[in-house]
Amino acid sequence: MSVLTHSGALAQRSLIKTMRTPEALIDVTIQPVIFLLLFTYLFGGAIGDGDRHAYLQFLLPGMLAQSLAMGGVALGQNLNADIEKGVFDRFRSLPISRAAPLVGAVLADVVRYLSVCLVMLTFGTIMGFRVETGFLPAVAAVALSVGFGLCFCWISVWVGMIVRTSGAVQGVMFMLVLPLTFGSNVFVATDTLPGWLQAFVQVNPITPLVATIRGLLVGGPVAAHLTVTLIWMAGLLVVFVPLALRAYARRA
Amino acid sequence: MEDLVVRAEGLRKRFGETQALDSVDLAMRRGTVLGVLGPNGAGKTTAVRVLATLLRPDEGTAFVAGVDVLKHPDQVRRKIGLTGQYASVDEDLTGTQNLVLIGRLLDMPGRDAKRRAVELLEWFGLQEAAGRPAKTYSGGMRRRLDLAASLVGHPEVIFLDEPTTGLDPAKREDMWGVVRSQVTRGASVLLTTQYLEEADALADEIVVVDHGRVIAHDTPDGLKRRVGGQTLKVRPADPERLPDVLRVLDAVAAPGTTAAKDEAAGSRPGTASVPVTSDAALADAVAQMRAEGVEVTELALHLPSLDEVFHTLTGRTRTEAPV
Ligand SMILES: Nc1ncnc2c1ncn2[C@@H]1O[C@H](COP(=O)(O)OP(=O)(O)O)[C@@H](O)[C@H]1O
Ligand SMILES: [Mg+2]
Repeated sequence: MSVLTHSGALAQRSLIKTMRTPEALIDVTIQPVIFLLLFTYLFGGAIGDGDRHAYLQFLLPGMLAQSLAMGGVALGQNLNADIEKGVFDRFRSLPISRAAPLVGAVLADVVRYLSVCLVMLTFGTIMGFRVETGFLPAVAAVALSVGFGLCFCWISVWVGMIVRTSGAVQGVMFMLVLPLTFGSNVFVATDTLPGWLQAFVQVNPITPLVATIRGLLVGGPVAAHLTVTLIWMAGLLVVFVPLALRAYARRA
Repeated sequence: MEDLVVRAEGLRKRFGETQALDSVDLAMRRGTVLGVLGPNGAGKTTAVRVLATLLRPDEGTAFVAGVDVLKHPDQVRRKIGLTGQYASVDEDLTGTQNLVLIGRLLDMPGRDAKRRAVELLEWFGLQEAAGRPAKTYSGGMRRRLDLAASLVGHPEVIFLDEPTTGLDPAKREDMWGVVRSQVTRGASVLLTTQYLEEADALADEIVVVDHGRVIAHDTPDGLKRRVGGQTLKVRPADPERLPDVLRVLDAVAAPGTTAAKDEAAGSRPGTASVPVTSDAALADAVAQMRAEGVEVTELALHLPSLDEVFHTLTGRTRTEAPV
């Protein structure tokens, strides 16, 4: 139980830091908006057969997923910097669970993933995006997005523990996130792709996530995609939480 | 049995090619200050990190407050406060927020954590800066906040890694006051330092380390005596008796040395000094001068400065150690 209260106190610490440096939220506010604008108006005509509105309806759920995956990168960078600065030495000398500093930082990231969802939905609506399902499915889409963000970011936490500098965290994470998000169903329908790429898209965890969010926001099948997504989320936790905790314990 | 609050035996730790700790033994009695003195790279920080459960040694055992550091680090963490060599305050948090966070992590109820924070900030003269982010603090203020953070939970054992490095002399004396007050409260303090006067001023016992080895462990005075280089200085009431004094002192001189009149510029004339090696020299000289009827107005055994002790000890080890 004390793990939770300690993590809560440490999450609050992260939130105070975020509030003091709002520019650290650019990657979950302004950046997704710019991407959404760019892709809608740059490719919308070509890819969407001239129907920009139809393409926006297709694109927004996908870009939401992409922004979530990218939004986790900063977490690993911040943790890496904190450890390098010695801030975590103090926490390590306190009688708290070894997991608490990491869990606390991850919990605080809820704010960032919520921000991605709200900013994209609000701005998308201004651009003409419409939720075609209803209020509850939309809420479910946001909840799933935040949940996925919280699972996916453990990769970033782990990388933050094993590489030396926070710059390297970014390098490694983008090398992972860019192929995952572009090599998916985010920007184009999978059946337009060559076979080998389709194969990659099919096994990519971003794909079922995007399919689920699409179903929840603009309609379409949800249940099967949701199941695969939840399995992926559980898998990410099972693999990367222990990896991250072990790497943290080893890093002296 | 002695009540040892820190007891480490045979600590070894290697970083790549560097043997940071090469079989280090440490012992600190409860309610005392142990000064760990050594130059940069001696292994002080590594030793502190092992004792504070931040680092596992390759070999050796360590007990802090009676608890095995390797087997029960969590229990040790309940009893210690650590101020590392590099300030670990959170720069984006205010002074108050930094301390309240520590309090909450120590399971204090919110109100108690807040009260303790206010109390410490006041005590360290940081009340005016309490609401400002720590990144706006000067180096000395950060150091104090860092020290305050290690005292939030009233720890039984306090580790201070070079607490005054980089502080100006006035701030250093303030810090010494803090250390003494903690001992008065009943805590035991292990502090590392590169300043000899600091160890001399604060420590009940001093451990001198170099190249990951303990090269001396003694009281400040004992250390000075062991290294030798003591000088016996005598001033006869009648300056005419100086030749007699010289003769007496020659008889107790350290082998290969002779007594001499003090003629150094600035010193009041009329005294004679002689290097001695044994404590008995003082008693012998007194007895002999009484027998000869020499009246003495000043008689003192001068110990070498800790500075000299340090250089003698480390100088010797350093020439032996491979570079
Ligand atoms: N994490 C580390 N990795 C590699 N070498 C280290 C590490 N920590 C300390 N050392 C080396 O171990 C030796 C002792 O370091 P340290 O304990 O910091 O000494 P001190 O605190 O007395 O200056 C030094 O040579 C230092 O370079
Ligand atoms: Mg050091």
